[in-house]
Amino acid sequence: MSAGVTPVPALELRDLDIAYRVRGRNREVVRTVSLAVQEGECYGLVGESGCGKSTVALAIARYLPSNGIVTGGGVSVAGTDVLALRGEEMRAYHRDTFSMVYQNPGTALNPTLRVSRQLTEVFELRGASRSQATVRAIDALMEVKIADPASVMKRYPHQLSGGMQQRVVIAMALATDPKLLVLDEPTTGLDATVEAEVLDLISELQKRHHTAVLFISHNLGVIGKMCRRVGVLYAGQLVEEGTVDDILQKARHPYTVGLLRCIPQRGRRKQDGRLDTIPGFLPEIGTHLPGCVFVHRCALAEEICREQRPEPFQVGEQHTSRCFFHEKAATLPRDTAERGALPVVDRAAEPLLRIEDLAMTFRQDGHDIYALAGVSATLQAGETLGLVGESGSGKTTFARALLGIIEPTRGSVAVDGRELPSNLSGRTSSDVASMQIVFQNPDSALNRRHRVSRLLARSLKKLLGLTGAKAEQRAHELIDDVRLPQRALAARPTQLSGGQKQRVAIARAFSGEPRLVVCDEPTSALDVSVQAAILNLLVDLQAEHRTSYVFISHDLGVVRYLADRIAVLYLGRLMELGTAHEVFEAPHHPYTEALLSAVPSADPSHARIKLSGDIPSAANPPSGCVFQTRCPRKLGAICEDVEPPLADVGGGRLMSCHIPLEELRRIQATPPGTAP
Amino acid sequence: MSVDASGLAIVPAPDAPRPETSLDSRSRVRRETIKQLVKSPTFLIGVAVVLFWILCAFFSDAIVPHDPINDSLGAGTSAAPSSSYWFGLDEQGRDVFSRVIAGSANILKVAPLATAIGIGLGTLLGLVMGYFRGWTDNVIGRIIDAVLAIPLIVFAILILTALSGQSEGITVTPLRLAIVIGLAFTPPVARTVRAAALAERDLDYVQAAKLRGELAPYIMLAEILPNVVPTIIVEATVRLGYAIFTAATLAFLSYGVQPPTPDWGLNIAEQYQNVSFAWWESIFPALAIASLVVAVNLIADAVQQVLEG
Repeated sequence: MSAGVTPVPALELRDLDIAYRVRGRNREVVRTVSLAVQEGECYGLVGESGCGKSTVALAIARYLPSNGIVTGGGVSVAGTDVLALRGEEMRAYHRDTFSMVYQNPGTALNPTLRVSRQLTEVFELRGASRSQATVRAIDALMEVKIADPASVMKRYPHQLSGGMQQRVVIAMALATDPKLLVLDEPTTGLDATVEAEVLDLISELQKRHHTAVLFISHNLGVIGKMCRRVGVLYAGQLVEEGTVDDILQKARHPYTVGLLRCIPQRGRRKQDGRLDTIPGFLPEIGTHLPGCVFVHRCALAEEICREQRPEPFQVGEQHTSRCFFHEKAATLPRDTAERGALPVVDRAAEPLLRIEDLAMTFRQDGHDIYALAGVSATLQAGETLGLVGESGSGKTTFARALLGIIEPTRGSVAVDGRELPSNLSGRTSSDVASMQIVFQNPDSALNRRHRVSRLLARSLKKLLGLTGAKAEQRAHELIDDVRLPQRALAARPTQLSGGQKQRVAIARAFSGEPRLVVCDEPTSALDVSVQAAILNLLVDLQAEHRTSYVFISHDLGVVRYLADRIAVLYLGRLMELGTAHEVFEAPHHPYTEALLSAVPSADPSHARIKLSGDIPSAANPPSGCVFQTRCPRKLGAICEDVEPPLADVGGGRLMSCHIPLEELRRIQATPPGTAP
Repeated sequence: MSVDASGLAIVPAPDAPRPETSLDSRSRVRRETIKQLVKSPTFLIGVAVVLFWILCAFFSDAIVPHDPINDSLGAGTSAAPSSSYWFGLDEQGRDVFSRVIAGSANILKVAPLATAIGIGLGTLLGLVMGYFRGWTDNVIGRIIDAVLAIPLIVFAILILTALSGQSEGITVTPLRLAIVIGLAFTPPVARTVRAAALAERDLDYVQAAKLRGELAPYIMLAEILPNVVPTIIVEATVRLGYAIFTAATLAFLSYGVQPPTPDWGLNIAEQYQNVSFAWWESIFPALAIASLVVAVNLIADAVQQVLEG
């Protein structure tokens, strides 16, 4: 490495233009993107889905699909013109200079080969003998903190958890000591606690190897934690670039400002008012945009924005913004619309919903899987119960057993004090109408061949017995209720955006005038700007109809915004149940504490409770307290032998832990990490 | 400047250019799909050849230069192709060209009908297997395996015998032939549709349908079926090619129309012993079969490429 005055950047994109050729026409996806990543730097590329993040990554990798064309500009990695590479040069580039980690580690590993074969291959390609390669592969696994590398080497990818798979992929990517490592949403599919661990690992390795990293993510929290400089991509254009502080604290582009405001901020509750949203949507790829790419959605836009494309304005030392009005970007108007009063929850009344000892055991390959091990809860009219926990904690099983989609092994569900048959086919249509669901993925929840009008009409007919003009009128009202224009009724789901589809799904759930709606991660498939609008809608509907929600989410910020009470699930058991305030403020159950501290944060003072390992198998839950194998506050033998009862620790708050509440309060007051 | 507070309105700010994510995008996509199909040379060649044979089948009386059945031309024996008889004469002095043109009628009746029967039954079975899974799937699946294990010719004799009256022996009509081929095609179609239905049944819209009390037939026919239509269309075009081939094969094996009716498969069967000295008698019907099968497969390929990306 020469220590010249102008060091060669590890990655340089110069006015990169990329188009996809679809149905005979070139459609622009990336527009004049220029950026540079220096050696040893971690650069974050952030943006919503469809803005061109992955396309940029694929162009750097030279893995663009056959219809992807670089129409202008250039890509250099460590001084080499990547776009000019041919044949053997390209092989050498992939082998020695460049590595990439994809979002889904399950598909990045070959399912038919053992980890050892896949990992040693990387070293053998670079000339190591088989025995040398094995030694180096074991070292590589130790470096990514895999505790038992010899046994992991012998396994097939599907025998590893998602977090372990991603570690193996990272080990492979770093094995060649690349000049540039591109990470495309490397932790998006992982649980928060595992994500936190993998992110720590990436930063540590990046510092040790002094690798240049391009970190692509839609999550500003993750980017803030990992990167020093950040570029914000919108409609294929880098609209703002700066240091993490510039972007997160002093954003100077209306899009970035809007994006930051959409996220339910620390501690914001539905009672505090609506979330800000970004109106409109991303222009479809290939749209001709003569002016600013954000003009259609920008509240600050003026004539000039429509006619002229803004060049990057230098607004700080390392801070640029492609906005003519960057000086007043922070004054972007807020959403101040009033909303009807939220329902007052009457705690003394007979609960709307009473769930007793709901349990579900699946049988799989001769093993019993205890997906849900006896959960009881009550819910008042107009109340929202948040359900949080890692994947495999039983959240979705709980929702489906409650609705009767699956028949629980034991336990009962009562609405207004009347017990419902446990199977859906035994319930009357008014029972069925009283509880509905909004699914996670609106693409799969709406039949893509049916028009919206048909989707709603069918629900109205089956749930309320409405037909003809009455049903039609009700469908119009429902579409109004979810703030969609009437002509959406004539559309098929494929013609609607993700947010619009989710609105249709919400309209369908509300078509039977339900008392309770289960929301199963309703915003996790959506971008943050759309998420905010959907959350606002759900709260508005609750205010109008006094509907109760069971709101399942892994995003604690979202749960905190929406939920009145929160239930924390782990391995199908209730760890803690209390008001949102109680659960989020210390003292917490040790598992809740770990979940809360796993939330990625740009704040360097944010110390973290580390959870070791993965969630144990529900087929073979640990003895005693199910959390004892990972608990950072474990007391000792009592946790291994005796399952702590779910006890009332005061004011109706339930907790399942051997450590008394006062003791938890004391130990959680001291910074984590100092306690054992 | 007007900004809609909902954050997701379809209508953009009135003074802003209309974003392309709008309600007409679907018809635009369909237009572009058809445009692409029309631009594809394989598709066009396939359609041209198929249309040619359909015209032949319908208007053979007007097209043929000679009566394909009764005319005994030349010396009344076989003659090589010449300027007056393009494809030559067969051993009874009939014009081979006329017989090839007229021979398309039978196959173009049987093959589409057989495809329709196979697709219809196969789709129903496939939906039932894919939707119910478990025992239903296992039982039907094993029966299908058993049917697939029977050689086509044995299967054809079995079905034709069952369809024929007791006194008449085995008689073949175009309808019966179509039923035989349709039944023979049901198992592979059922398997394809089953796979598509299996993927659909796990999607949440099926759960949502159950959550409003829909019954299984509605879910299969109104919810799942429309979503497996592209798979069925591709399967149908592929099956049509096979049906032509199979009909010709059965005719060759004398399970088709009876002489003297002109039919490609039958013509080949009658003449193939003479191929060493009178090649034109069997080569031209064979080329006709090949052209139609290849044309249908060209269409199938183009449709598959457009529908399945």
